[in-house]
Amino acid sequence: MQILTRSIPLFITTVAGIVMILSAFFPYTSDWGKFAGQFFNILAAFAFVLGGGNLLKLHLKKISDQRPGWAYSGVVLVCFIVTLFVGLMKIGAYPNPTYPSVHFGGETQGSGSMFWWFYEYAFKPLTSTMFAMLAFYVASAAFRAFRAKNFEAILLLGTAFIVLLGRTFAGVLATGWIPPDSAFSGLRLENLSVYVMQVFNTAGTRAIMIGIALGIASTSMKILLGIDRSFLGSGD
Amino acid sequence: MIKLLENLDRRWIFLAMALCVSVPILVIGLTGVTFPETPTPLAEAFFAEVDRAGEAKGRRANVLIALDYDPASAGELSPMSASLVNQCSQRGHRMYFISLWPVGPQMIDDSIEKVIKRYYPHLVYGEDYVNLGFKAGNEQVIKVMGIDLTTEFRTDVEGTTLSKIPMMEGITSLEDFDLIAEISAGYPGSKEWVLYAATQYDIPLVSGMTGVQAPQNYPYYPTQLKGLLGAIKGAAEYEFIVNEYIRRSRLEELLVASGLDPAVAGPLADEPAQIPAWTTSAAAASMTPEAKADLIDAATGATPGEFLEGQRRMGPQLFAHLLMVLLIILGNVIFFAQRRRGGSA
Repeated sequence: MQILTRSIPLFITTVAGIVMILSAFFPYTSDWGKFAGQFFNILAAFAFVLGGGNLLKLHLKKISDQRPGWAYSGVVLVCFIVTLFVGLMKIGAYPNPTYPSVHFGGETQGSGSMFWWFYEYAFKPLTSTMFAMLAFYVASAAFRAFRAKNFEAILLLGTAFIVLLGRTFAGVLATGWIPPDSAFSGLRLENLSVYVMQVFNTAGTRAIMIGIALGIASTSMKILLGIDRSFLGSGD
Repeated sequence: MIKLLENLDRRWIFLAMALCVSVPILVIGLTGVTFPETPTPLAEAFFAEVDRAGEAKGRRANVLIALDYDPASAGELSPMSASLVNQCSQRGHRMYFISLWPVGPQMIDDSIEKVIKRYYPHLVYGEDYVNLGFKAGNEQVIKVMGIDLTTEFRTDVEGTTLSKIPMMEGITSLEDFDLIAEISAGYPGSKEWVLYAATQYDIPLVSGMTGVQAPQNYPYYPTQLKGLLGAIKGAAEYEFIVNEYIRRSRLEELLVASGLDPAVAGPLADEPAQIPAWTTSAAAASMTPEAKADLIDAATGATPGEFLEGQRRMGPQLFAHLLMVLLIILGNVIFFAQRRRGGSA
């Protein structure tokens, strides 16, 4: 059984990893990368099936156990099944203009189709609402948590004020009296906010990115050489 | 007062935020007045890169437009997409739309319907623009497109094979594009296009993104990212530049069509406010009244609402930001008052 659970997955991982590295550095092997990429895309399509199965399993279990909030799971399942059915059956989809006689040849999401209707009148307003609600929570958090407790927090507060004001017309109103072509134009809030983003933020982000990249390289190497096998889920 | 603030119910904060956002929306909606925008170098670079696409090869530019976002971020990003498509359409670029996000095709449809079909009806599907739709696989899609685009996209969104689409002729990989313009809300998005397309194949890339993403992408500007639009502020700046460019282009077209020397028409188009007075001068004596009316309309007429969304949304943003600043100050007043009397912070 170790061959199936450990050796074969390790072999596939190592071969796929080495092929991708070779295809990135040697032009003659670029087709290998394309081949591996096609495999990946097929697997990505299967991941949708796996994700759907997992969603069904989780929510059916929650409903059968009558856990708190199980009714929401019911809503999730009904929405999932109805959307899947409408999408797969292409209900309300217009025929393909190029191949009108081909059954199931039309665009599922075309304007006016049932799938489009779900998107336009359910998915779109719901996701927009969820995202818009962030503004309220951020405002509440700003009032309760953003405290000048120490020197670092004061620096953070100062930077937040510069960016918050500099990214709107408030920056122009507050410091617009500084002539744009004078030696002090850099002190205008809109210019200061750009300076903060392009200099301080870039320096910090770049350092983090280099650190992450080195970490990814070393972890990848460990996986390719079979030293790190945690992805197999065996606890090795 | 401090006691009142200490025990402030957070629903008052929610109400204040709701008012700060909704009142400016209503006022701007009724009056149409927006705050003036001063474009930053990042937005100017974005515009310039789209403008010069294809010039080096002396042909119509092939621009790959990747709209990698969903309705949650559409408030921030759809004004960028509208202005991008507006600029590309006006400039005469060929547009190839794709998305790496499952609901991206709706964002593409939205841009096509609102901009191309409404304001550029002469553009032909398959010759001037094509919708290749969504493809699953995240950055792997970009990697394979870099080697062979037809492996990933065999048909357009309507199921027409690529060989039957005239503008797909000669397009085999990412290297056949003069520019990649990407609008993204997360993963896969700007970073993946930088890593697997722009850097690897040395293709010019410009990107618009949400405010959350922007700080992580600044390090790529200006080498790997030729232009960067961050959040609604970036959208408003870019929108302003594109609207001015389009007004100028249309004015110049009309002036040249009326028989004016292009050397004179150019500088005149730079000053739209001068146009009504110019139409009464002797230089415009040969123009028909209809042509004069068209010229005045192009110079002073209102920009369509679709191309002002970014600038309009800067109003609610201003008041929301001011409220945030006020709340932070009030929060700290309470904090210092509590510390002074030895209470817990």
